[in-house]
Amino acid sequence: MRKTCLDMVYELAKADDRIVFIGSDLGPGTLQQFKAEMPERFFMEGVSEATIVGMAAGLAMEGKIPYVNTIATFLTRRCFEQIVVDLCLHQANVRLIGNGGGLVYAPLGPTHLAIEDVAILRALPHMTIVAPADAKEMRRLMPATVNYPGPMYIRLAKGNDLIVTRDDRPFEIGKAVVMREGSDALLVTTGVTLQVALEAAEMLGGQGLTVGIVHLPTIKPLDTEAVLRMAAAVPVVVTVEEHSVIGGLGSAVAEVVAEASFRPARRFKRIGLPDTFPDRYGSQAGLMKQYAITSEQVASTITQLLNDATQGVHLLTDPLSR
Amino acid sequence: MPTSPTATSHCEPAASKLDERSLALRRTIVRMMAAGKRGHLGSALSLVEILRVLYDDILRYDPTRPLWPSRDRCILSKGHGCLALYAILAEKGFFPASELWKFCHEDGILGGHPERGKVPGVEASTGSLGHGLAIGIGFALSARLARATHRIVVIMSDGESNEGSVWEAAMCAGKHGLSQLTVLIDYNKQQSYGSTFEVLDLEPFGEKWRAFGFSVEEVDGHSLSALRSVLTRVPLHPRQPSAIICHTVKGKGVPFAEGNPAWHHKNKVVDEDVQALLAALEPRDAQNLP
Repeated sequence: MRKTCLDMVYELAKADDRIVFIGSDLGPGTLQQFKAEMPERFFMEGVSEATIVGMAAGLAMEGKIPYVNTIATFLTRRCFEQIVVDLCLHQANVRLIGNGGGLVYAPLGPTHLAIEDVAILRALPHMTIVAPADAKEMRRLMPATVNYPGPMYIRLAKGNDLIVTRDDRPFEIGKAVVMREGSDALLVTTGVTLQVALEAAEMLGGQGLTVGIVHLPTIKPLDTEAVLRMAAAVPVVVTVEEHSVIGGLGSAVAEVVAEASFRPARRFKRIGLPDTFPDRYGSQAGLMKQYAITSEQVASTITQLLNDATQGVHLLTDPLSR
Repeated sequence: MPTSPTATSHCEPAASKLDERSLALRRTIVRMMAAGKRGHLGSALSLVEILRVLYDDILRYDPTRPLWPSRDRCILSKGHGCLALYAILAEKGFFPASELWKFCHEDGILGGHPERGKVPGVEASTGSLGHGLAIGIGFALSARLARATHRIVVIMSDGESNEGSVWEAAMCAGKHGLSQLTVLIDYNKQQSYGSTFEVLDLEPFGEKWRAFGFSVEEVDGHSLSALRSVLTRVPLHPRQPSAIICHTVKGKGVPFAEGNPAWHHKNKVVDEDVQALLAALEPRDAQNLP
């Protein structure tokens, strides 16, 4: 996915001289062809995220469209104030490409795990947040990023991710992708957790349950209309994300579902990382398993919520409707 | 309190006399502060001559077309000094002078820190320190890409230079050899708490900028002729950004505010304050100065 994303930056830059690339001390050979063919628009800067974000803002205010790339945690934590003031306040057309969203850098430890990037950026006015599920969706996304107004954060996954999206329609920033309809439960996903949701839905299908999936490659602005339409058809809603359960996709969906005041209330659960710094290394898949961001966990959560619903545990029915 | 020999050896800003126009601009600043009942007075008064020379003699701009592509870009990175900038921009016709008297009002465009898009002539929204230089680098790189000749000026403060982002950006500007970029530092040697020498000493300040790849000159930041002289010579080097360290006096022109941290920022400004400030800034004749 990362390679596709950067390849697309090169392709787009060839066709549009407003596009510039800014890297922060990336690996050797990154975008070599871009550098060779368009050296004036290729900037490989130092390990200085605050400067490159401010510099990108200045370039954007002058009509350029900078694509800025480095590791997601550095690009969101270190220079947060530059993102707020230089990018969001100025509504600068800058694209932040964050490598390793979520648990991708598991072996490198918590300094490299982007587990709250969506939460902190989601709170910023004018910010757009996208997290495609696979390389094909990334390929569809990138052309749409060129003229989209304001700053945008593009959350990258590991690479070589299973292709699970379909090529049957273009990427529309801000629009949900309904992967399947269902009447028993709804799964809401973003990024690579779409894989997890698809597997879980298959497993539950074997038990005779129909589970809808709405994939949100754009987390902000949230496609509330699609989420609420899909949630209206089911008693149970579960979100799945490779991110802290605080402030990310699950929080965003919870906000709109809660404010919709469904009657009866929807059973709701967020699946994601607990409020802790992962304390083990290993692999992304290993940490996903440790924190139960798995199809098995999703399936059992849905089953449990459906049982609760059937048995009337807690407040299933709105007391006002009795 | 330790003082720095380098900081005072080049000029004596405390001795610089202010002419009628400089006094009049300062009175405007005080009246704006009176209208808003607050403001960073000391930080604005040290800036007046720097801005005056820039907007009178150096910068290319057209107030009727604030976004004219060929204009020189001036970023007030020390956004808290905005009272001085507003006074100059209004005088030059970027917006009606009536706005000045709505400083910090709900229905005004002039806030306690300047905002791009809201105030014609303001190139970047500033207020949090240490942002302007990196934005200026973006402006300068864009100008270079366009083969444009306009200049980029970033005005910073000494306290602002405590920020690591300043030095990160300085290193980047040096690397790119951005000769179109000029940094002006209002070195009044006072920050919020007290003296810069006490809070976080910047010396050797000029040597720092040189080490980061800038050509550096130090001037009396209240001397119109010294400022004109250096600003007409930038870039000081054909392949380097320029840094001009302007030795100034915080609160310049008001004896009881000069170098007095209490006047860095004032709120709840009362009529007595205003009267005392205006009295100190009366025309020379009235002050009976030589």
